[in-house]
Amino acid sequence: MHSFWYRLNGLLTFSVTILAIMCAIASLSDNLNTPSPSAEIQVMNINWFQKQPQGNDEVSLTMNISADLQSLFTWNTKQLFIFVAAEYETPKNSLNQVSLWDAIIPAKEHAKFWIHTSNKYRFVDQGNYLRGKEFNLTLHWHVMPKTGKMFADKIVLTGYSFPEEYR
Amino acid sequence: MGWIGDTVDSVKSTQIRQLLTQAVSLGNVLSTIKVVWGILVGNRGMIVTSALIIWKGLMCVTGSESPVVVVLSGSMEPGFKRGDILFLHMSKDPIRAGEIVVFNIDGREIPIVHRVIKVHERQDTGEVDVLTKGDNNYGDDRLLYAQGQLYLQRHHIMGRAVGFLPYVGWVTIIMTEKPIIKYILIGALGLLVITSKD
Repeated sequence: MHSFWYRLNGLLTFSVTILAIMCAIASLSDNLNTPSPSAEIQVMNINWFQKQPQGNDEVSLTMNISADLQSLFTWNTKQLFIFVAAEYETPKNSLNQVSLWDAIIPAKEHAKFWIHTSNKYRFVDQGNYLRGKEFNLTLHWHVMPKTGKMFADKIVLTGYSFPEEYR
Repeated sequence: MGWIGDTVDSVKSTQIRQLLTQAVSLGNVLSTIKVVWGILVGNRGMIVTSALIIWKGLMCVTGSESPVVVVLSGSMEPGFKRGDILFLHMSKDPIRAGEIVVFNIDGREIPIVHRVIKVHERQDTGEVDVLTKGDNNYGDDRLLYAQGQLYLQRHHIMGRAVGFLPYVGWVTIIMTEKPIIKYILIGALGLLVITSKD
């Protein structure tokens, strides 16, 4: 009844239960956080805008991205995964989302930043509908916790458009 | 957290007394069943039963066949490391960029957990073409897809990762990659069962 194995079993079960409860509470505490992020994206230049041999439009652009995402960090946050996606509609597709650039923010100090960059990933349409089209740029963030539930949200910035002609 | 608000409202309603009476009688019935079951299966049986109930409960809550997966590669570091476990949930919501999805490639048995970086949703059918990429990989997943496949469709995707626990999956990895440990564990458990006094 009081053997070593009996006690070890009891101790292990107890510790695992406590650990699980602590993880759950840590995750729940993330709900108490009320974030107030802000961001701004400027398209500095359309570097080139061509139709590929396969028939799909492709564009290369340079952006200035600045954001303050410090309020998203809690004590249970491991990192923030952020990315900028272009969103637009074409006659063929009701929604297109193309990720142009992403980054990992490992700590609160790095969450207020400014970056000048061209698109990290190729911006290729499914088709050739981009000429003269308007698009949104959204900054998405994914809060990846040390343990528990992940949160994601975004800021939508409107008013961008492609050139009327290829260049 | 809308459902918490709804629960609070329903408790506040005038049917609270009926609800509580029903809950108490249901609780009594369940306690009796639990005691009888406990006498039949003993301590270890109860642990196994609890594990089964939690697993089945997770399947119901997450709406997925395999509600938990173990991260096997380092392609999503530093967010997810080898040995972490992910909780999956599959809802009818459309797949959108940024979501972390678990998918199967035709011809490969091991599911892959990567992030969606491109979405094309058809006007007419509402079907989506999705391109994925591991956070820690240089290029997108087209190299992993089947020959000639450019995008994933909805039916390839098993679920979305909604939560995670670090390190817990190492047990599964060790048992899969060094099966000898699995046999030792099963042998030890068998010994314990045989030599136990209750």
